Amino acid sequence: MLIALRKEFLLQWRSRAQLVAVLVFGAAALLLFSFAIGPNAAALRQFSAGFLWLGLLLSSTLTLAESFHAEMENRALEGLLLLPTSPRVIYYGKAIANWIQLAIIGLSLVPVMVVLYDAGTTRILSLVFIILLGSAGLSAPGTLYAAMTAQIRSKQTLLPLLLFPLIVPALLASVKATSLVILGDPMSEGRSWIILLVAFDAIYWSLCGLLFGRVVDE
Amino acid sequence: MNKRLFSAGVALLALAVYFAVLVTIADEYWNLNISLGLPVVARTLIAVFGGLIALVLFLAADDYSDYRQPNVLIAAGIMLFLIGSYFGLFVAPPEQFMGETQRIMYVHVPTAWFALVAMTLAAISAIVFLLGGNYKWDARLEASIEVGVVLAFLLCCQGSIWAKPTWGVWWDWDPRLTTTAVLLFAFIGVLALRRFVEDPLKRAIWSSVATIIAYVDVPIVYFSVKWWNSLHQQQSSPSTVSKPFWIPLRANAFGILLLMTGFIMLRSRIAALRLKNERPPLPVVEVTT
Repeated sequence: MLIALRKEFLLQWRSRAQLVAVLVFGAAALLLFSFAIGPNAAALRQFSAGFLWLGLLLSSTLTLAESFHAEMENRALEGLLLLPTSPRVIYYGKAIANWIQLAIIGLSLVPVMVVLYDAGTTRILSLVFIILLGSAGLSAPGTLYAAMTAQIRSKQTLLPLLLFPLIVPALLASVKATSLVILGDPMSEGRSWIILLVAFDAIYWSLCGLLFGRVVDE
Repeated sequence: MNKRLFSAGVALLALAVYFAVLVTIADEYWNLNISLGLPVVARTLIAVFGGLIALVLFLAADDYSDYRQPNVLIAAGIMLFLIGSYFGLFVAPPEQFMGETQRIMYVHVPTAWFALVAMTLAAISAIVFLLGGNYKWDARLEASIEVGVVLAFLLCCQGSIWAKPTWGVWWDWDPRLTTTAVLLFAFIGVLALRRFVEDPLKRAIWSSVATIIAYVDVPIVYFSVKWWNSLHQQQSSPSTVSKPFWIPLRANAFGILLLMTGFIMLRSRIAALRLKNERPPLPVVEVTT
């Protein structure tokens, strides 16, 4: 497991230009969202949490689609499967690596959001926590679907088509929780959204790990 | 085709239709009591479980050899649907608050039930395929997803037609509406995935996995949107709906049940034939549990 994780980090470090490119893409998306609303500072601040998560979601399709790129070259995935470990180890290594990558992107988009939308908050810790939970929700089913779609043609179309409807609850809960952190939470509803996120993460991290073995089965 | 199982299904279905529809018609319009002394709860249970068990029996009896049975089911479904629509459009009185627009409920509510039943069948087929590796279930998965997608799409259309005069908008972000829309897109995604994978084994396994994942999502979406926003009509039960409304609703429910079953059986034949014509011949699935 640790070795699988180490392999993923090594791969990511060697292709760090890609991470930077995705980051810039996310920031550009955030910039574009503000044109959809117009220069209305109050509205921008109100919708900032939604824009942040949509930006992260769009960036995630890029990172997830690329995440099995290395395994597809020279049929490396088959080589990995021949190792005397369960495919679950490969899955969780990949999913954790994707999770960390998405969390890095999400956290780096926060300052962009603060500057562009004037959506500052002092509750940094809760924001970090929500981004960690939300990106975990994106990464678990995203990694499973990426393993499927990486092997077929037109993967760029199919991955978002499969992933977007699925992560609606995670997106909804993350947006709600983030916006409560930014705009204030007088009724303390944030807690129930975080519980929903935790439940989503728990269900998909276990279910996808269970099913991954069948997906890569030759 | 297993004739015995199929006949058992027909008998069970006839029993269910008798208790759900005929007894109510006789009671309401001819003043006859033909309920054989059974209370309303027992009759409702027989109707619901009789219908669902009959569906399972029809599918279990099906070995894709014969085209007569699905055609018979579809014909019977159309007939029941016509009877239900006649009662719904011309016999049943208009509803007190919503007036004539309420009549769309007689197709809307059964469509909703069987969209969910079709998706559940798809999820069951996916699990059975992953456990057993029989391509018959792969064909059935494709068929039930496709029928379910059509029903869910019709559901959204009917709902919009009803919502415009009642709520004043075509769409609203209500849990059931939103869940249906998410469900629709999730299952269209699975159908798209099937189109893009050439290897039949991979296609079968991947679409089963994707179906299970999408199906698990349904309750989570429902509850998350429920917390977010809610406006939809509360569900009705037989005790809150008066008797003249039962007849079209139930006749249409059985009509759609039969249509759905017949369509799934026909569509899985098409899927099975397509699989058979694909080259190279089907690889054998290793069962690992």
